Amino acid sequence: MNLLRFFSRPPSAPAARERLQVLLAHERATVGDSDLVTKLRDEILAVIARHVQIDNDKVSVKMERGAKVSTLAVDIEIPLDAARKATRKKAA
Amino acid sequence: MGKVIVVTSGKGGVGKTTSSAALGAALAQNGDKVVVVDFDVGLRNLDLVMGAERRVVYDLVNVIQGEAKLTQALIRDKRLETLYLLPASQTRDKDNLTSEGVEKVIAALKKTFDWVICDSPAGIERGATLAMRHADIAIVVTNPEVSSVRDSDRIIGLLDSKTLRAENGERMEKHLLLTRYDPVRAQRGDMLKVDDVLEILSIPLLGIIPESMDVLRASNLGSPVTLADGKCAPAMAYFDAARRLNGETLPVNVPGERRGFFGKIFGRKAA
Repeated sequence: MNLLRFFSRPPSAPAARERLQVLLAHERATVGDSDLVTKLRDEILAVIARHVQIDNDKVSVKMERGAKVSTLAVDIEIPLDAARKATRKKAA
Repeated sequence: MGKVIVVTSGKGGVGKTTSSAALGAALAQNGDKVVVVDFDVGLRNLDLVMGAERRVVYDLVNVIQGEAKLTQALIRDKRLETLYLLPASQTRDKDNLTSEGVEKVIAALKKTFDWVICDSPAGIERGATLAMRHADIAIVVTNPEVSSVRDSDRIIGLLDSKTLRAENGERMEKHLLLTRYDPVRAQRGDMLKVDDVLEILSIPLLGIIPESMDVLRASNLGSPVTLADGKCAPAMAYFDAARRLNGETLPVNVPGERRGFFGKIFGRKAA
């Protein structure tokens, strides 16, 4: 039974080839640390942190690298009193 | 003036040291004067693969620090008159390799040898960047496997930016040496094919070394595979690669294309 599965498995090399092509296209485009998506993530979080106090556990950042486009999803929970807390902190 | 070759890969365990020894011996068997330099300070292995581990007195770091003369540190191969080894230090760490020191040693070696082969350590740290720094030609050793291909791509980027040639606006000659190629797996579609790797990395192919027991056997015996058994498949592939380095144009023999009994059975499955 195991032997049968071994022989009927679809080849994995095409998947390896495709994954590498997508990955390397991204890695070649980013010179050094100037990774655009990473920069965007950091700056977006910095801007929001200026206005509301962000609880790091309540922030979810998701990134998906595709062949043509990448997507960045930033999901932040903002509690009702967040704005107040931030202004109070600044004043202190 | 001799040519300086760096044998590099990024990833460890893909066959840099084996290939450095085999290509060095193949070039020397052709009558050229060859020195193979181990840059893996702290984890030297070229001496072991070449069967000279008991003859190491001085090493590269000793020469750089001025504690030994270059001629004292060079070990001549017992089987081949024109093949020499410059071992790495086993005890000191790689910070002892200075850029100026390496430059001086390479310049001196270039004067007396036809080929200076620098066996790079894995990684992209100091040892690896110094090994590639003065190279005229780079041999990128890659296994047909995703992590090795990715690391090779990274190394190609470094070769085009961090070497002296690149900084002087000159072209860095790069060649791909595909090692541990298993024709049966490739036919079955479970290993990246030669064309896949070539298309992804887009550098010219120097040779394909088939996965083989002969390579392990040669390293067990402390002999470059081209010396241990010149007639076995990996040795023939290294001989061809050495001839290509000398400027000859030879067709590349893809292992398993002339399929035997097993190849026929497994080959059909991939189609």
